[in-house]
Amino acid sequence: MARTTETPPPQPTPSSPWRARLAAALDSDLFYSFKRSKLVVAAAVLALGIVGAAFLAPLVAPHNPHDLATLDLINANIPPAWESQGDHRFLLGTDDQGRDIFSTILYGTRSSLLIGISSVLLATLLGVSLGLWAGYAGGRIDSFVMRLADVQLTFPAILTALLIDGVALAIFRNYRLEGGKFWILVVAIGLAYWVQYARTVRGVTLVERDKEYVQAARLIGLRPAKIMFQHILPNVLSPVLVIATINLALAIITEATLSFLGVGLPPTEPSLGTMIQVGNKYLFSGSWWMVAFPGLTLALLALAVNLLGDWLRDALNPKLR
Amino acid sequence: MLAFAIRRLLEALVVLLVVALIAFTLFRFVGDPVSQMVGQDASVEDRETIRRELGLNDPILVQFARFVGNAARFDFGISYQVKQPVVRLIAERLPATLELALAAALFAIALGIPMGVYTGIHRDSWLSKVFLTVSLVGISMPTFLIGILLIYVFSVWLNILPSFGRGEVVDLGFWRSGLLTASGLKALILPAITLGLFQTTLVTRLVRAEMLEVLRTDYIKFARARGLPERAINFGHALRNTLVPVVTVIGLQLGAIIAFAIITETVFQWPGMGLMFIQAVQSADIPVMAAYLLLVALFFIIINFIVDLIYVRIDPRIRVYRREA
Amino acid sequence: MLTRVIFRSLATAAAIMLATAAADARALKWARTADALTLDPHAQNEGPTHNLMHQIYEPLLIRDAAGKIIPTLAVSWKITTDPKVWEFKLRQGVKFHNGNPFNADDVVFSLKRAQQPTSDMKGLLTSIEDVIKVDDHTVHVKTKGPNPLLPNSLTNLFMMDREWSEANNTITVQDYKGKKDNFAVRNANGTGPYTVVSRQQDIETVLKRNEAYWGKAEVPLGISDIIYTAVKADPTRVAALLAGNVDFVQDLPVQDIERVEKAAGLKVNFGPENRTIFFGMDVSSPELKTSNIKGKNPFADKRVRQAINMSIDREGIKRAVMRGQSVPAGVIAPPFVNGYTKALDALPKVDIAKAKDLLKDAGYPDGFQITLHCPNDRYINDEGICQASASMLAKIGIKVNLVAQPRGPHFTLIQKTPPETEFYMVGWGVPTYDSQYIFSFLYHTRGGSEGSWNATRYSNADLDAAIKSLSSEIDIAKRNATIARIWSVVHGETIYIPLHHQMLAYGMKKDLDIPVSPENTVFMKFVK
Repeated sequence: MARTTETPPPQPTPSSPWRARLAAALDSDLFYSFKRSKLVVAAAVLALGIVGAAFLAPLVAPHNPHDLATLDLINANIPPAWESQGDHRFLLGTDDQGRDIFSTILYGTRSSLLIGISSVLLATLLGVSLGLWAGYAGGRIDSFVMRLADVQLTFPAILTALLIDGVALAIFRNYRLEGGKFWILVVAIGLAYWVQYARTVRGVTLVERDKEYVQAARLIGLRPAKIMFQHILPNVLSPVLVIATINLALAIITEATLSFLGVGLPPTEPSLGTMIQVGNKYLFSGSWWMVAFPGLTLALLALAVNLLGDWLRDALNPKLR
Repeated sequence: MLAFAIRRLLEALVVLLVVALIAFTLFRFVGDPVSQMVGQDASVEDRETIRRELGLNDPILVQFARFVGNAARFDFGISYQVKQPVVRLIAERLPATLELALAAALFAIALGIPMGVYTGIHRDSWLSKVFLTVSLVGISMPTFLIGILLIYVFSVWLNILPSFGRGEVVDLGFWRSGLLTASGLKALILPAITLGLFQTTLVTRLVRAEMLEVLRTDYIKFARARGLPERAINFGHALRNTLVPVVTVIGLQLGAIIAFAIITETVFQWPGMGLMFIQAVQSADIPVMAAYLLLVALFFIIINFIVDLIYVRIDPRIRVYRREA
Repeated sequence: MLTRVIFRSLATAAAIMLATAAADARALKWARTADALTLDPHAQNEGPTHNLMHQIYEPLLIRDAAGKIIPTLAVSWKITTDPKVWEFKLRQGVKFHNGNPFNADDVVFSLKRAQQPTSDMKGLLTSIEDVIKVDDHTVHVKTKGPNPLLPNSLTNLFMMDREWSEANNTITVQDYKGKKDNFAVRNANGTGPYTVVSRQQDIETVLKRNEAYWGKAEVPLGISDIIYTAVKADPTRVAALLAGNVDFVQDLPVQDIERVEKAAGLKVNFGPENRTIFFGMDVSSPELKTSNIKGKNPFADKRVRQAINMSIDREGIKRAVMRGQSVPAGVIAPPFVNGYTKALDALPKVDIAKAKDLLKDAGYPDGFQITLHCPNDRYINDEGICQASASMLAKIGIKVNLVAQPRGPHFTLIQKTPPETEFYMVGWGVPTYDSQYIFSFLYHTRGGSEGSWNATRYSNADLDAAIKSLSSEIDIAKRNATIARIWSVVHGETIYIPLHHQMLAYGMKKDLDIPVSPENTVFMKFVK
């Protein structure tokens, strides 16, 4: 059954359905449990802050680290502004090419988030569609999809992503990869994580398939696709949402890992992982800020998303109520 | 039971074949094997001869069959970069990765189980909250960050542990072990912690969940009513029931450990299969990538197979459930 | 069984410890960025491979740390009455590690082996027509034309044992049939001061002092055991040195020099290297595949090349990327090389406005895009230099797409025919100390054994003839004049964009004294 709020909206006014919906949401169990846990609220605020700043990067960032023409080597290796040799123009210092660390963190987080969200969308689209189809159609299609899932599940997702990335790099090795690296990463990470969606959705679809409303829809003569996406899908949304949040955290970490290993975003358009890899070279020679700030950002971001995912899972889990 | 085992075995073989197909496609169609092996001055006739000798002009199915046959005998061809048989490279580096994986798993168990038990028994103590937060950090922080942090603290700042390599290794013939020397063991500590932290979190949470569930059951209440000391209850009865799922989960996680070893080995320059794989990806060394893929798949499949068999033995419900599905 | 094995291994370990504890015994842990690519002495003509080879195998003559040529397996050499024949007198009483005596047969075999099509050393031996054994300790080398500089080309030409090679089927340099690898790739039998105890590619190579070495009385040979590891990651290498896990780091990262100098018990030796780092460009293809300009090749226009040349801030790179450890260059020949002049090395003044004007004149007012290929584990801060250059080129409108990869695949792009790169970084060392080496590999039209590293597709038949004439010109004045003429032609054309002459920094324990050699080749036998 679709999840609906238990309490009716306090003042239903036909002229502002949105206001009614918002009031209903604020009154729901979900939001209550959200408010209760201070940790989760803090996590949400933190996540929102980082995400917001990252997406507004072109407006917020004092410099544009991707524009190679604005980099000046004379600004390389400057410590954070509060240190004795710091420069107020570069709040968190600069890296070995003269890039402002603060700006690069903003832009890098933006890249990481874009890749993360895009890959989650891809995984969700692919996984949910395949899961619905397998569960609804049954028989050979079901076997095939589940067999495919089994094969992929023998490998940890990071390995799958690494492999797809490595093969893509080998194929496109010497071509101009104008923004191509971005899409390679989205596809690699997306394809690595679709399986969990497919399995879960398939399970729910199998159960729903035999319910009366689906049989009724079939009797009326609705097309299978319509049945799957309009009728069954809403019932599947809540577990999908939980999976998606966890997936987002994993996707961000996977992208950071691939970049750190040197097969993700390049140093000319770095993500947080790339920044850490580059900064690692200078960690021991005293330029600690090149690793510390991106590292901290990455850790906080992952932590925040994980906390939110945890809370969401507990909140939506009927067993724990 | 036998029927089940045979069915699982067949399924495993199918999976292995599919992976072999992927590896073969990689091997044959990404880049040109001939130009990789031959010097740049080789004439056109030379290249044709090699093509024929390597059987690259045969029908695809024949080539695939040959590939699978070779793979079954652990013949994966020659590495493009190093110009040596891939199987020899793997054999050289396998002990390093296996020792690291084992150490990480042991660490996860040694730390995770006590933490899980404690947080299960003392649900709301502040120490439990600390443990749970630490375990959350373990799951959130990317492996490489943990590694870098550990290196910075213990190697650079405190200078008590080495930051790279395996230390002194003892050559036992086919196996080079770092476990028999002091420096080898010291070099193992930081990488094992880095690799095992994620598993520690999983183990802690699992043991905690299991403990919470078990401690609510009737027979535990009975034991308490009988007057058994808490200690006996917690460790004698409750813990024992949590161990089997924990061990099987660890078994399944061995696969993840091997995969995450890639990252740990890169950070610590640990000369194992993971480092070899990432170097192969960076230099487009396809034979090594394909071989790693196959071997790792084989390993995972075997582990999953064993774990499945164990599960079926201890939980008869699964047998029935499966037949229905 | 296991206990026996363990006991044996522990006994060996104990024996090594005891041996090194004895006087005159000392183990050295040696680390570099990259490992030797192979143990086959003729398969690769490159630095790290040669450096390891020099401990195990020996050539007829070597260059020491001062750059002077000293006799090794040959005791003397001279041109005979026939100006096309060199005579080498071989050292007597030398044995290979397996006990076989070293004689003229081995020299003939080795030189011929190095000339095979699959040998990377053949480019150095193009002037040789034949090698003839005169007697057991005398060899005649017949050259196509008189070549007074032949010995300069032999400083990295290692001598192999003919009987051993034939017995182990390593006569051909590279058996590319693929199924079995060449025995010599993993096994070695040389005449050198160290023997191979074990070799694990990219992990560790262990060498042991050759107690039967012919030169034992003449060189310090203080190091009894060498453990050579390749540690690619900069911070790891330095951390190992600082922690004492490694005694000698041959390529100290520039950002850590200060730290190592300050550390107790460690020191840094500096010195210039006989190597220049530069960019090459495809100057003659009709269109560039990786650029957005269709129908013409921007690099073909000299004005574009000059614009690039004057937009690179070499001083800035020296200061920020190399931390002071480089010598900005205006020519792709290091100062050690015959033919180098200070005039050639004059730096073009950085002038962004003029560079933009030149581009506009050449027909590229909006600049263009191009892919730059860069190694990331060969030269000091190679990737950092490329990134800095990319941002400098961005200022004049050239948008660079940087592709950085390990040296294996990177060098393949350059060496393939046709080349697979249009804009690339390379560092060229000159072991012969003569400009001909540069001309032959980098400017001569590619074909046969010439121009194997010339991926610029530059081809000037007139110049080719002049370059070839250098091998057989006996008149030194005339030869140098030709060299000067060739330089003025190619330098004016700006075929390559020179960046800097590399400087070396060796990090080591205070009680070691390993001087920096311009070849970046360390001979462990000279270490006390």
